[in-house]
Amino acid sequence: MKAWLPALLRLAVLVLLVVFITNPSWFEPLLKPLTENGAPAIYNQGSLLTLTLQHLWTVLIATVAATIVAVALAILVTRPAGAEFLPLSRSLVNIGQTFPPVAVLALAVPAVGFGEKPTLIALFLYGLLPIFENALTALTTLPGNVMEAARGAGMTGWQRLLKVELPLSAPVILGGIRLSVVIGLATATIGSTVAAKTLGEVIIAGLISNNLAFVLQGGLIVAALAVLIYDGLSAIERYAARRMGQGAE
Amino acid sequence: MTIRFDKLGVVIAVIVAYAALLAPFATFRANRIVPGQARSIIDALPPTLGPLLLAIVIVGGIVALLRTQLMLRLAASIVALVALAILIGVAGGFLTPAGNTFARVAPASGFWLLIFAFTLLLADVLTRLNLSPWSRVGVLVLAALAIAALLVSGSWDSLSILKEYATRADSFWAEASKHVTLALGSLAGAVIVGIPLGILCHRVEKLRAGVLNVLNIIQTIPSIALFGLLIAPLGWVAVHVPGAAAIGIRGIGTAPAFVALFLYSLLPVVANTVVGLAGVPRAANDAARGMGMTDRQRLFDVEFPLAFPVILTGIRIVLVQNIGLATIAALIGGGGFGVFVFQGVGQTAMDLVLLGALPTVALAFAAAIILDAVIEMTATRRRVVETA
Repeated sequence: MKAWLPALLRLAVLVLLVVFITNPSWFEPLLKPLTENGAPAIYNQGSLLTLTLQHLWTVLIATVAATIVAVALAILVTRPAGAEFLPLSRSLVNIGQTFPPVAVLALAVPAVGFGEKPTLIALFLYGLLPIFENALTALTTLPGNVMEAARGAGMTGWQRLLKVELPLSAPVILGGIRLSVVIGLATATIGSTVAAKTLGEVIIAGLISNNLAFVLQGGLIVAALAVLIYDGLSAIERYAARRMGQGAE
Repeated sequence: MTIRFDKLGVVIAVIVAYAALLAPFATFRANRIVPGQARSIIDALPPTLGPLLLAIVIVGGIVALLRTQLMLRLAASIVALVALAILIGVAGGFLTPAGNTFARVAPASGFWLLIFAFTLLLADVLTRLNLSPWSRVGVLVLAALAIAALLVSGSWDSLSILKEYATRADSFWAEASKHVTLALGSLAGAVIVGIPLGILCHRVEKLRAGVLNVLNIIQTIPSIALFGLLIAPLGWVAVHVPGAAAIGIRGIGTAPAFVALFLYSLLPVVANTVVGLAGVPRAANDAARGMGMTDRQRLFDVEFPLAFPVILTGIRIVLVQNIGLATIAALIGGGGFGVFVFQGVGQTAMDLVLLGALPTVALAFAAAIILDAVIEMTATRRRVVETA
């Protein structure tokens, strides 16, 4: 009975999440005790559903862009022509991780203005690092005998890349994408400090008006999204690993 | 003889050419919030120094572009960086009309791009030199001393960010100490609680999945929400637990920020302790048991020292992460450099944002370099012991 319990729990979280963002008013009695002086218990300056979708959309765009750039860079520095950049790219990734998200957001504002754009830039930069690191690890630790076999079979560089290296690296690269999505979901909330339309808006409205119900609902929606997406991507990763014959972890 | 280009050098040379010839070097604003007017290197500096800086960065770009010796590249990047650092201060004094206290001169995109390009060159040289951990820390100390010297000498005083600093010097240092206390204090708490918890999880397998899952879920709660959610319970504690308010526990302010950072810090410490202990070679454990060591001796004399580099990696992750996250504490009145960042965003005064952001980045960067060096040292010592 243990096997289906986690799946059931996840399904319950998903159902609860969908019901909450589509019909938040049903939960009003639950959140009401957290408010003071008759303040509204459910966020009333915009629809939670729209904000959730905008939040996910922002993370999606940033992650897709980060994946394309990070994987392309990792491929570049693992080819003979780009090998020179390998040590430097490693140190740059290390340095990049030390930039705090708030600083990136705030510094992007003068360049691109308030709103969605600074958030996208910050999410993109943060998304790059885990994906690049994982792609690099995957591409540099491919089993030597497989590469030999591919070369022996007369495959060209492109064929090796597309038919051997990338498929074999897919599970590890997916792991990096999963990490960057989860970081991105949380970081996107900070984007609301520079007027991006994300779920952070709900949390910040709660902080400003001292309304705990807002903070809780914003935080819980983001946390539930992160847990569900994390689990979903882990499942895809295990599937990819099984297909590559690397077995489930 | 054919001329050979350095691949990274091509990238650097393109950035240098664009930044030096097309992008503005400094911006001049009549007061701190109006839009600025761009000034090129030649316009921003006195008649002799402008062409000199232009010559230095162009020669630097050429050195980077061609395949040159490592030492020449090192010298070129350092000369260019020092010249840029000194001359941006000169530009500040040159562009500010005498006696005008409202005017603001700030470094513009060209300056930042030049700094980026030559830092890239320097980073490349330092990576290729393969420095030992001690010399890396040495380079960091030298760079910090150089920046401190420029700050103390007052050569940057005419720049906008230091004008922002001058009007709030007291609060700057108060927020700085709050920021460091928050980051280091929550790290210390996480180490004191997390390492024993990690050891417990390693020993008691039933506990492991549960504890790590709970800590994982805490990580998914966005920081601003976690900070906010702790306001209520801590406010309750302050009112109902005798003595709690006296030691500074309050609903808003430093206490919830501290607890939130502590909770975020637990996962990397606990998880890395578990991974580190699990990675201790079986042979080492067997040998220790064979020598008649007790469980406690084995933990402190064998397992813990062998797992230490991995645990340190967790501590590095936590410290760098906490220095960044502590900026968010400002949203709930917890202080720290975030105060200036959010004030600056609110007033659209970018110099104020920089006053908060630059020290945060510098702190996180220095912490990362120092801890990386320490990790490498402990890891190499372990390898020496293993092979001996």
